[in-house]
Amino acid sequence: MAEQLNNEYYQTYPDDKGHFGPYGGRYVGETLMEAIYELEKAYKQYKHDPEFQAEMDKDLSDYVGRPSPLYHAQNWSKRLGGAQIYLKREDLNHTGAHKINNTIGQALLAKRMGKTRIIAETGAGQHGVATATVAARLGIECVVYMGAEDVKRQAMNVYRMKLLGAEVIPVDSGSRTLKDALNEALRDWVTNIDNTFYIIGTVAGPHPYPEMVRDFQTIIGREARQQILTATGRLPDALIACIGGGSNAIGLFHPFIGDETVAMYGVEGAGHGIETGQHAAPLCAGTPGVLHGNRTYLMQDKNGQIIETHSISAGLDYPGVGPEHALLKDIGRAKYVSVTDDDALQAFHDLTRIEGIIPALESSHALAYASQVAPTMSTDQILLVNLSGRGDKDMHTVAALAGLNFEG
Amino acid sequence: MSRISQCFANLKADGQTALIPYITAGDPEPWVTVPILHALVDAGANILELGIPFSDPMSDGAIIQKACERALKNDVSISQVLDMVAEFRKKDTETPIVLMGYANPIESMGYEAFAKKAQQVGVDGVLTVDMPPEETDEFLPLMTEHGIDTIFLVAPTTTKERMAYIAQHAKGFIYYVSIKGVTGSAVLDMAEVADKLSQLQQCTNLPLGVGFGIRDGKSAAAVSKVADGVVVGSTLVRCIAEHADRPENIAQAVASLLAEMRHAINAQDNALANA
Repeated sequence: MAEQLNNEYYQTYPDDKGHFGPYGGRYVGETLMEAIYELEKAYKQYKHDPEFQAEMDKDLSDYVGRPSPLYHAQNWSKRLGGAQIYLKREDLNHTGAHKINNTIGQALLAKRMGKTRIIAETGAGQHGVATATVAARLGIECVVYMGAEDVKRQAMNVYRMKLLGAEVIPVDSGSRTLKDALNEALRDWVTNIDNTFYIIGTVAGPHPYPEMVRDFQTIIGREARQQILTATGRLPDALIACIGGGSNAIGLFHPFIGDETVAMYGVEGAGHGIETGQHAAPLCAGTPGVLHGNRTYLMQDKNGQIIETHSISAGLDYPGVGPEHALLKDIGRAKYVSVTDDDALQAFHDLTRIEGIIPALESSHALAYASQVAPTMSTDQILLVNLSGRGDKDMHTVAALAGLNFEG
Repeated sequence: MSRISQCFANLKADGQTALIPYITAGDPEPWVTVPILHALVDAGANILELGIPFSDPMSDGAIIQKACERALKNDVSISQVLDMVAEFRKKDTETPIVLMGYANPIESMGYEAFAKKAQQVGVDGVLTVDMPPEETDEFLPLMTEHGIDTIFLVAPTTTKERMAYIAQHAKGFIYYVSIKGVTGSAVLDMAEVADKLSQLQQCTNLPLGVGFGIRDGKSAAAVSKVADGVVVGSTLVRCIAEHADRPENIAQAVASLLAEMRHAINAQDNALANA
């Protein structure tokens, strides 16, 4: 039965137009249509190309440092007094987050397509750094668009990108965050379409991005599934991952979709609280609409205008979400919940003190939810949490909340 | 025959090129829009393109993005835009109006509700920038049913096979995006435009409008040599922005800018007729 659901889901979504049920698709201006068809063709060709796969596997092991470990957080599990918590250590990847799994793949594709220039959008800066990193290695020109607000919040990552040779362009329009960076990157792509490859950092955007980025990120779930079986002899009771655009979550979830006994929780940023309206939780509190190339759940007003989001973590501060999550929500295969800034911050401090691991604020949302559900479970149950990134980049934010101020 | 098709047919019979100005509805204030539309018609506009403001206009440059921001400061909604058309129609039942915008405000209203109301107030066509023919299975039949022409874009990157595919879905006219870039960004390459238009003519009998990069009488006249319609947007919107603090002067200022283009196009049309 599990195998059957497995096959049916995997064969159905997305369809050949990039639809995940009513979501996804190719909602872009005409100038980009040829470019996304060209990308789709190239991706289909190389996806099953042994040489491409071998190059990617080698990069993932020798350059990124995969497989990332699965760590049994025994201290924290004991402290919470319930389920055993296992952390998938994406924070230990080169550049400090899961983002590089995807940029390695897209950059290899860009090279094969003969593109000489790479652009990217970034929120927390992790995707920007991961893109600048692979561009430096391939010797390709790299331009990263980043909301002016995020440039301020993530000064360290901005500097890292510049060190790596990327040009970082602050975006001053709209809410000056990730969505505006995406708009600007799309405008750049339209203008420089002949030589430019757009590396989208999450499972959103027009087809084939949600499918392609997912495929590159499923390395997380494929490894985790094997690792938990090796460590415990069985599958976990639940998976937990934070959701901004949703790439780390889909990367973990996707290989488990056919395993009916495994529950899945995607954790959105509740910001100051869903009831305040100042949050970044489109799956929990939004409605379906069209933005940035796909139909999905969005944070929008009654007239279909996109509204400003708030989250303590720049990586979750986005009004949309990958279309496959929209589908998983509607069919009930995954559950979507939210965690406030304050609760995420508490989990950040807890993991740091109890396990000696400083998590990213994004990942702290998943940890916070784990800390809520673990005590309700028995000690022989298993929670597998995606620790999608490390917290080094967030020192500035966390210190400022404690009343400290670093320069630079 | 739709009002748009009739308009192009009449102009063609007279050897004239359609002049199609674009403004964003509600920019900089809602009350200004209808007077501007009338002034544009007086100045020689043949078809009007009215932009539905959107918070994230990805295909537009900074000029139109800022126009959207000004309109949205006054919460101009898609229903209000439709009300503006109704208001315009009280005095003008001749000039075709095309609504131009992004998918989400229309989605939010609901395709059917939009189609009904648009027909009722006298909208003639709709151009949804981020909805290519691939995504119109539900949208297109509803628009057709309510007599709204679906206008699609063709870009410099569009292949000939794709032109034919787009032509199958298009009604009213086809809008050729004359540059690789966002609205108001680059300078036209007339030879490339002429080349693409002749390819497009092999795929369709629909009139061809050209826009994205026409900024003055000279470029308008150059385009009118090869196109059935000339779309002017960012130049007019920039003029509106310059007068945003004196909104009572906008209609006049925008109209005189358009009149220059009309004059240049007419001179070109006459020269062709006499050649």
